[in-house]
Amino acid sequence: MLRKIASSSYLVWSFLFIIIPILMIGFLSFTSSEGSVNTGFSFDNYKRFMEPIYLKVLLRSVEIAFKATLICFLVGYPMAMILAKMDSKIRNLAVMLFVVPMWMNFLLRTYAWMTILGKNGILNKFLSLFHIAPMTFLYSEGAVLLGMVYNFLPFMVLPIYTVLTKMDKSLIEAAEDLGGNKGTVFRKIIFPLSLPGVVSGFSMVFMPAVSTFVITNLLSGGQYMLVGNLIEQQFLAVNDWHFGSAISMLLMVLILLTMSVMNRLGAGIGEEGSAGLW
Amino acid sequence: MKDKIVMGRSLTKSYNGIEVVKGIDFWVKKNQFLTILGPSGCGKTTTLRMLAGFESPSSGQIFFEGNEITSLPPYQRHINTVFQKYALFPHMNIYENIAFGLRINKVSEKEVKSKVAKMLELVNLSGFETRKVNSLSGGQQQRIAIARALVNEPKVLLLDEPLGALDLKLRKDMQIELKNMQKELGITFIYVTHDQEEALTMSDKIIIMNQGEIQQIGTPTDIYNEPENAFVADFIGESNILDGIMHKDRLVTFAEKQFECVDGGFKKDEPVDVVIRPEDIKMVNVDEGILKGVVKSVVFKGVHYEMIIKGASKEWMIHSTQMAEEGSTVGLLILPDDIHIMSKEAGYA
Amino acid sequence: MVRKWIKWFYTMLIFAFLYAPIVVLMVFSFNDSKNTAKWEGFTFRWYQTLSENGLIMKALYYTVLVAIVSALIATVMGTLAAFGIHYMKTWRQKLVLNINSIPILNPDIVTGISLMTLFVAFKMELGLVTMILAHVAFNVPYVVLSVLPKLKQMSGDTLEAAMDLGATPWYAFRKVILPEIKSGIITGGLIAFTLSIDDFVISYFNTGNGVTNLSIAIYSMAKRGIKPEINALATLMFIFVLVMLILINKRTKIEEI
Repeated sequence: MLRKIASSSYLVWSFLFIIIPILMIGFLSFTSSEGSVNTGFSFDNYKRFMEPIYLKVLLRSVEIAFKATLICFLVGYPMAMILAKMDSKIRNLAVMLFVVPMWMNFLLRTYAWMTILGKNGILNKFLSLFHIAPMTFLYSEGAVLLGMVYNFLPFMVLPIYTVLTKMDKSLIEAAEDLGGNKGTVFRKIIFPLSLPGVVSGFSMVFMPAVSTFVITNLLSGGQYMLVGNLIEQQFLAVNDWHFGSAISMLLMVLILLTMSVMNRLGAGIGEEGSAGLW
Repeated sequence: MKDKIVMGRSLTKSYNGIEVVKGIDFWVKKNQFLTILGPSGCGKTTTLRMLAGFESPSSGQIFFEGNEITSLPPYQRHINTVFQKYALFPHMNIYENIAFGLRINKVSEKEVKSKVAKMLELVNLSGFETRKVNSLSGGQQQRIAIARALVNEPKVLLLDEPLGALDLKLRKDMQIELKNMQKELGITFIYVTHDQEEALTMSDKIIIMNQGEIQQIGTPTDIYNEPENAFVADFIGESNILDGIMHKDRLVTFAEKQFECVDGGFKKDEPVDVVIRPEDIKMVNVDEGILKGVVKSVVFKGVHYEMIIKGASKEWMIHSTQMAEEGSTVGLLILPDDIHIMSKEAGYA
Repeated sequence: MVRKWIKWFYTMLIFAFLYAPIVVLMVFSFNDSKNTAKWEGFTFRWYQTLSENGLIMKALYYTVLVAIVSALIATVMGTLAAFGIHYMKTWRQKLVLNINSIPILNPDIVTGISLMTLFVAFKMELGLVTMILAHVAFNVPYVVLSVLPKLKQMSGDTLEAAMDLGATPWYAFRKVILPEIKSGIITGGLIAFTLSIDDFVISYFNTGNGVTNLSIAIYSMAKRGIKPEINALATLMFIFVLVMLILINKRTKIEEI
């Protein structure tokens, strides 16, 4: 009885707060309204998104998110390895210190970068000590990229770190024993076995990066438009919820597709079967 | 020196100031089957790991064919290891696992193919090339681990309790197989185990370790028949160990009786350990025995009966093919040859 | 030796990168100037005026209120849901788990606008209630996912055994199941609380009527320049979190021994 209540009440809840909202934006995306008159079912919103200006935004979002993910991976993998190899006594402390910055409000941390990178910011002041003329760091693609890497780096490092610490040490010893030097052991054993962590790191960084509108708004001063900004604008500034919904649906499909591909990839190389849900 | 293929000299290893291996000296000859035997925590695995190169000794030296290899990394030693939990690479199939060492040595693909096939044949797993590691049973995985270690044609194979995770029947079969393999291939095996029976059946030479020190080195027969101290006697086979007093050469008192024995060279009235194997105590009629006791329990062990007999001052364990009634009184006879006297000073370190 | 030095240097570089903005914020919380980028001397002023700043104090109040209420509701709901899901038949379990993972996988912005669409369609006025509901909707899946593994670890017959011994289902749930899954519930609750306290996107789309949390307040200030009191507040919160983490770390260390 209790089980019935527990399961059916959650079914009702998840229907109401997960399924229906998505169905609603799905419905909105296939309709348009002129004034208060509903014009009925159409693909117009999706057709509109196929125009070059919007496609460019999507392409740019995917590109910059991918760049950020790649940088996080290149910077984060060595960090994860260093952390994993630390003496267990200081390791916990180091990992804790690594995570602690995430506990400060994410907008504040991003804002702090504005004061560092700004025209009269700390970085330029520091450079002027060496008689280097002030440069514009803020309000550029680079600044957005930096904001993404800064905010999402831990999402790359932590899953890789977890996989590395759980790795069976005797596998590494066996590889060395069979004649593999440090480089070979890394290429043939450690890296392939850490791929599940890399895969989840990739999706955990790519997903928030491709859909962000906060980082772009703050660090590019609204000059740099990504998909997230486009959606926000449609809902809060332009008030075209139909078009906004269509973009949201596309973004959702893009993300879910990427995730399922990533999960398959992760399951394919992992030792155990897919633990993921997709 | 030349035929001593591996030699350890004053090998010591300590972790955080605690010595787990305390300056041991040993060697093994070419084509020998050496077993390092001892209870868990005695330092045997640490010793093996130093030979493999996974741990570097705190002090002491390791020699391989007369050359010092103490500080050589594992991948530069002509020694391969079979790990306790197999340590097969889960992301590679069986073929790639075995080929791993060959690939590193840049062996041609054709040769890799024939060598892997040969190895699989050796461990009776031909046709398993494309199987995944975790689709194999424990016993099969262990065979693959052995094949993987042997494919590089090492001169010495280290085995760290390789049969520990297998069930009894499989373990017995694998013991015989391993021994045959070692004879056939002519490779030196250094085998670590805590199972004394395994050590006795397989080895040419046994090193018994306890608390980081070597207790005895010898052939299985030596060690079984002439244990050097009470620890070895207790650890190898089952024994009755008693406190005794050595009055003079060839005369000892224990269990409140005087016995003739064959040992000598102790101080007058020196306290000693007396070791008597359960199968060396003969069960006779009450009036024929030197000692007597009441049969407390009888357990059939397949070939013999194991009986506990309660004497005046001690319970005796005896093995006999005859069975006595529980509760009956029997006489016990011990011959001089079967009484082993051990100094108290050596032994339990 | 060189390797070790490189590793150390690399670690320090990454940590400097991670902590640079935080240090900047902390330092400027003592800056005697309204302009954030210029150092004008040391002051405790912002810590004193912090409590007088109505806007910030109100945002702080709503942040904490929403976090506590939504985390509590989400924890209770998520635990019961996990319990229900655990005993479902396989295909139904799969279906519910897949639905459950949508808010986790979906971008925040999509979750945010879809909930807003829902509230607007039901003619609910955006404000405190919708914000709490949105947070609950967003947090429950995380609680479910942290409780469920604990239920799986539990022996399958525990509940049956308890009921066999005469316990009512509710009694069995409280006395047998709850203690076993306690750690999962606490973890889930903490995740819900932190997600809620740090949330911007979901709140941004689902609030109104002058109800703002700290994130929204910071976002709306960011372009004109953040009030120094925010720096002071952030510093206090950061130190609070740091002390808590160190204490937890110490405690678990003692327990390990």
